Amino acid sequence: MQIKVMTNILERNDQVAAALQERFKKAGIFVINLLGSPGCGKTSLLEKTIEALKETLSIAVIEGDLFTAKDAERIEQHGVPVVQINTGGGCHLDANMIHDVLDCLDLGVLDIIVIENVGNLVCPAEFNIGEDCKVTVLSITEGNDKPLKYPLIFKQASAVILNKVDLLPYTNFDLKAAEKDITAIHPGVTLLPVSCQNGEGLETWFNWLIKQVQINKGKENN
Amino acid sequence: MHEMSIAQGILDIVLKTAAEHNAVKISCIKLLIGQMTQVEPESLKFGFAALAANTIADGAVVDITIMPLVGKCNSCGQQFTVERYSFLCPLCHSANILVVSGRELAVDYLEVE
Repeated sequence: MQIKVMTNILERNDQVAAALQERFKKAGIFVINLLGSPGCGKTSLLEKTIEALKETLSIAVIEGDLFTAKDAERIEQHGVPVVQINTGGGCHLDANMIHDVLDCLDLGVLDIIVIENVGNLVCPAEFNIGEDCKVTVLSITEGNDKPLKYPLIFKQASAVILNKVDLLPYTNFDLKAAEKDITAIHPGVTLLPVSCQNGEGLETWFNWLIKQVQINKGKENN
Repeated sequence: MHEMSIAQGILDIVLKTAAEHNAVKISCIKLLIGQMTQVEPESLKFGFAALAANTIADGAVVDITIMPLVGKCNSCGQQFTVERYSFLCPLCHSANILVVSGRELAVDYLEVE
């Protein structure tokens, strides 16, 4: 006997993610799912962002990592609430993992939660975790061929940050080609070249982020 | 290896569906997997076989159809196969493109006894 099913395999994750999104929306919190390879500078970007904006915005961080609390320890130095999730070898965060740690945060006082996903350009792209938007970091040292090799994570991102642009003179990274590929995969995406090392471009990223939080607050008030 | 999470999702769906139909054995599972998903079919089959051991889906054939990446231009209506992940209309160059297929991750149907 044949039984027609036609069910989305990730339906259960999507349901939990939708419930999380509703909870964040009610609390007026803007949530970012921060994605990128290991070593692309996700944590460095977060550190710079927290230092620049912690007086303006109430920020909390959820750190996803396979086994360690190294990133959470770095974030903690900056005096903002941080929760560590260890996936125990799992290559991505899923919605349930976020749900399970939310009670560790005081949602009533927050403007923004950044969830730093496990360093990986593949798996995290498939799993919604209740975020308002995804931000993907690609660093210059990874090579400009990565967007076409891992298109989904660039297609899903509202903003793509090209980090380590201070290293451009020392690599064969073709910035024009990278920008062309990323905008073909995702026309209209916000592309932000930055260097967490010398600070180049970071102001534009901070302004983008503040604007998203304001837009989100506007939605809440309406 | 997120294929394991996806395999677990498939197993949950097929066992629930089979129970609703009082099936005693699942012999075949038909999946639709989009071209623009991060799923490796062989890893998925391997993971599923491991998870399905000692259930009524043990030994079920996992039959995967890869769905091509197809876009439809919201400006001129042109439907086209997306080449090299370029989401621009090949006819009018509009960037207003709807993804018609290629993002599926679905259980299509089951064969049960």
